[in-house]
Amino acid sequence: MSNHDHIESHDAHAHGEGMDKKRIWSVFFILLALTALEFLIALGFVHHWGILHKGTMLNVIYIVLTLVKAFYIVAFFMHLKFEKSGFILTVGIVFLFIIYFIVLMMIEGGHLHDSFTHQPIFPHK
Amino acid sequence: MSTTVSQLDKVKEGPWSGGKSPWNLEYGKIMMWFFLVSDAFTFSAFLIYYGAQKYAQPTWIDADKIFQSIPGIAESGQPLVFVGIMTFILIMSSVTMVLAVEAGHRNSKQEVVKWMLWTILGGLMFVGCQAIEWSHLHHQGFWFGRNPATGLTDPNAIIEALQPYFTKEISYTAALQFSNLFFTITGFHGFHVSIGILLNIIVLCMTLNNTFENRGSYLMIEKVGLYWHFVDLVWVFVFTFFYLI
Repeated sequence: MSNHDHIESHDAHAHGEGMDKKRIWSVFFILLALTALEFLIALGFVHHWGILHKGTMLNVIYIVLTLVKAFYIVAFFMHLKFEKSGFILTVGIVFLFIIYFIVLMMIEGGHLHDSFTHQPIFPHK
Repeated sequence: MSTTVSQLDKVKEGPWSGGKSPWNLEYGKIMMWFFLVSDAFTFSAFLIYYGAQKYAQPTWIDADKIFQSIPGIAESGQPLVFVGIMTFILIMSSVTMVLAVEAGHRNSKQEVVKWMLWTILGGLMFVGCQAIEWSHLHHQGFWFGRNPATGLTDPNAIIEALQPYFTKEISYTAALQFSNLFFTITGFHGFHVSIGILLNIIVLCMTLNNTFENRGSYLMIEKVGLYWHFVDLVWVFVFTFFYLI
């Protein structure tokens, strides 16, 4: 029981070091700025001015911005950055499987795309 | 005779040698993390399947054409604005959640209550917006297993029903796949938000009951907070893959 208490108090102490109010708001403004940038690209550059066009390039930009936002949420709001490196590794490394799954499904999707294109199957056309 | 301790008898002092907590984390918090990792797998599977379908189909619904209303303000012509408001609400409620956690570290019951109330309000507003979005799409004819052309037989009527949502060629299958995946994925996310609101209300009641004050630690707020941030995290991805790309 005393061990348990020790963890809790120590944990709380480490937290106090990690995120104070100032830091919380600065992370919020980073997230807000990234979201605003996404809107600027989507509504401004693509729709209004037509500088950028929908395509792989634009998708890569969106996904990179999304991953940066995800990093800030997980690292600071969920406090993972301040945990022990062993724990970060434990919850992080399994996402290699997700990357593998993305590769598999993209290969599968590409193959299906080819067959759909060469053998149209639109039933109502 | 000898006072040397053999290798076997030496007390080991590494972080994993027992007697201490190697991750310095409380059990429930670790378990919350592991649950969230498994939940991330579920959402990844959903979103990756959506991506693969979109990639495989020769044509797909144009997000700018299907999501372009602001309820009560504009019926059409405003892509991304309403979902932008929803995104802002959810990020904001995530911030109030961290502020509640931060107040918990200072054992300030009053502030925890204040920030938890804001968080719950944010969650309710988000779910409300999602309900409006759903009913809007439902009125247009999208639902689980159906799209605006479902039930029509005249080819011209089908084209007329689907034309507004496509920029490239029209596909009944693509519209149906979009419809199913949209309601399944945002529905599963909305379900998570609802559970999150419920958990927030429970910990708010516990705070008001002085449960954490008597316990001497507001750790439970942190565990629920982890879940709440995860819901926000998932929305960041849903937003990108459904609305931006």
